[in-house]
Amino acid sequence: MNVAILSRRKFLIGTAATAGGLSLGFHVPFVTQAQESVLPEVNAWVLIRPDDTVVIRIARSEMGQGTLTGLAQLVAEELECDWSKVTTEYPTPGDSLRRNRIWGNFSTGGSRGIRESHEYVRQGGAAARLLLVAAAASLWKVPADECSAANSVITHASSGRAVTYGAVASLSAQMPLPANITLKTPQEWKIAGKPLPRLDTRDKLIGKQIYGVDLTLPGMLNASIKACPVFGGKVVSFDAAAISGMAGVRKVVQVDETAVAVVADTWWQAHFALNALPIVWDEGPNTNVTSETIASMLQEGLDAENAVVGAAIGDARAALGGDAKVVTATYSFPYQAHATMEPMNATARYTSDKCEVWVPTQNGETSLAAAAEASGLPIEQCEVYKLHLGGGFGRRGNYQEYVRQAVRLAKEFPGSPVKLIWSREEDMLHGAYHPVTQCRFRAALDASGNVAALHMRISGQSILWPLRAEVRETGRDPAVFQGLNDGGTEGAFGYTIPNLLIDHAMRNPPVPPGFWRGVNLNQNALYVECFIDELAHEAGIDPLEFRRKLLIDHPMHLAVLEAVAERVGWEKPAGNGIHRGLAQIMGFGSYVAAAAEVSVTNGQLKIHRIVAATDPGHIVNPAQAERQVEGSFVYGLSACLYGECTINGGRVEQENFDTYEVMRMDQMPAVETILMPSGDFWGGVGEPTIAVAGPAVLNAVFAATGKRIRQLPLKNNSLGV
Amino acid sequence: MARLTINGETRDIDVDPETPLLWVLREQAGLTGTKFGCGIAQCGACTVHIDGVATRSCALPVSAVEPSQQIVTIEGLSEDGSHPVQQAWLALDVPQCGYCQAGMIMAAAALLNSTPKPSDDDISAEITNICRCGTYNRVRAAIKLAAETASASQKG
Repeated sequence: MNVAILSRRKFLIGTAATAGGLSLGFHVPFVTQAQESVLPEVNAWVLIRPDDTVVIRIARSEMGQGTLTGLAQLVAEELECDWSKVTTEYPTPGDSLRRNRIWGNFSTGGSRGIRESHEYVRQGGAAARLLLVAAAASLWKVPADECSAANSVITHASSGRAVTYGAVASLSAQMPLPANITLKTPQEWKIAGKPLPRLDTRDKLIGKQIYGVDLTLPGMLNASIKACPVFGGKVVSFDAAAISGMAGVRKVVQVDETAVAVVADTWWQAHFALNALPIVWDEGPNTNVTSETIASMLQEGLDAENAVVGAAIGDARAALGGDAKVVTATYSFPYQAHATMEPMNATARYTSDKCEVWVPTQNGETSLAAAAEASGLPIEQCEVYKLHLGGGFGRRGNYQEYVRQAVRLAKEFPGSPVKLIWSREEDMLHGAYHPVTQCRFRAALDASGNVAALHMRISGQSILWPLRAEVRETGRDPAVFQGLNDGGTEGAFGYTIPNLLIDHAMRNPPVPPGFWRGVNLNQNALYVECFIDELAHEAGIDPLEFRRKLLIDHPMHLAVLEAVAERVGWEKPAGNGIHRGLAQIMGFGSYVAAAAEVSVTNGQLKIHRIVAATDPGHIVNPAQAERQVEGSFVYGLSACLYGECTINGGRVEQENFDTYEVMRMDQMPAVETILMPSGDFWGGVGEPTIAVAGPAVLNAVFAATGKRIRQLPLKNNSLGV
Repeated sequence: MARLTINGETRDIDVDPETPLLWVLREQAGLTGTKFGCGIAQCGACTVHIDGVATRSCALPVSAVEPSQQIVTIEGLSEDGSHPVQQAWLALDVPQCGYCQAGMIMAAAALLNSTPKPSDDDISAEITNICRCGTYNRVRAAIKLAAETASASQKG
């Protein structure tokens, strides 16, 4: 990924380039040589240099998931270019705005990067190819349809002429836009669909990949920030004089009602001085909030009369009455921090007519909006330059407070860039946490072991409540029912139960919730898949056989489950001391399943082996899809085994990795991935598998110990005798 | 003032002696390949070599490093990414977001220096760096591949 900013501006077409305030004279110091040469833009997606190197523009953000490579493969496939000459760059959100959002949505979350843009990026590649062919045909004065393109070369077979893309790139931009574009079918793919290596690996091996925290600009100042650790608290006062003489300190700034920052020559100077700064907080109304008070609040919701219905079939309440055999269980899932390896950060430069922000962001457009809001400048006078993310996981999408903070700091130093980096402590104390919920199941089993009725009551927090007015007005958050929908293409509930009620009592503690890789699918799948296991046990039926009966109307849900069962050898005995568990779910448009093999010795859990299957319809890069599935077990099992932000005194108690435990190498099981794309639809890959990681392991833990782990994380439960 | 030998070059750096080595490398020496992750030597993103030993630089005051000690960062592990560990990482396309990977690579290179043929238990015990994307199994495979490559090239 190039971080070129200047050069492509030279080639903006039409009125776009004449907008005021464009930083034509600006240079990022690490711009490489090539960007300073002429880069002919074939169209918005494709630039080709005279030496035939191809730059493909990608609007979605790369945060490890491989979308940069996958989307480039889709463009290159239709472009018919030489893959070995492909590099990528990000268009800026400001350019996109000026060009009528020509690159579409910048938002990179919800496992949507490829599934929601594959069509228009392929069309962008195909249009570029047609423009290049038209340019060659016009040079040769032959009909374009007599020419063909392959591997960056255009050929006119009957006259034997050939020309490379680089030679006609400039001319191609003057050709009329093609009227009809026919995309290839996936069966015709040569670049897409192949397990190609990532485009961004090499720089990451030699320390050259520039992340947000690594940005260096001429005259740049550095800042460290501290917000009131208690949610809802404010700054009362601080004693700037106490640190004003410390080395490098430029200024102590109250950034907003809640936070104070120190700006210094270097980040370490800023951070060291900030830690010495006396700050008086008004801790606000939440000082009595603890994990226990939050748990009580949610517990009340489990029995509340009022709840929003997500799915209703038959009459579950009636079917659970009378003399049915009713099985009941209550689960809970705690707050989780994203804990991206790169802490939140942003760099901003402000002048009276321009605000620029450099930021690792999952959504350049929300970053741009935040820059405009904080700078007070019209959005046309703001610009965002996206940098590579050291992890995103949902934290860097909707919530751009670090951008607003950086801009406010930059306003104190007009003309000078200010880089704000949060400390790890700030990052953990001020997250947008995976929300808390509890879940109570009541199920009726008939004499044959059929599930006659199921009521799943979820009580807890809504991620959309702080974001959307209609959610606050109605108390209805559709995202709460992820994976539990009655049909649909995003996340249909797979089990056929004649009397089914899934409802939600919204309870919002004063801890900010956020989208966290996998979002609500994580706990919903964990609750459902563990409870289905409980029901199978109660009915005395093998958990796979039990699910087969319930999945009768959902063969694609069943297919991934059968695949993991077969690979793990479910029908055969496990090794000595090894026990197995299963889970399946549909989410983010894909079907996923996992099987786990574990042992428990003297109360110690060891996860030996995971088998995972995923059907996302189409797969653009199997090697990257495999990595996403495998990595899902690190994120999902970290949460299941250890992840927990506890609340005391209205604040999070875990401030760093010493108390917020995550999975490390020694706990990592072997993972076997089965990719089974069935075609005809486009599902996501980065998130869904996280949801089956926890329940597959917990069901195996039950098989090993007879213990049901219903209160997460597992570390708080004894597995000993 | 601190006198440090970084990637073979001796440099005098005007800095408070209590400054962690990590921030001297990143802010004074301009070597940003070494990453800040936690500040308390928990995550390993800041791993460098000091006299060949993997060391977490974020909690180590620069004053604790002698001028004669050889500090090697990811930028100095090889000139061109040709170190066997880097090559193994490339062959297996290990990184995802990549932020932890410089620390992983430095920890792996130090492990192979002291234990040329590490067992799975050696790897689990010595590579305690945190990766949130989930590259652990590929890191393990790449360490084994690097060990094989290094031993093959020594024999050859």
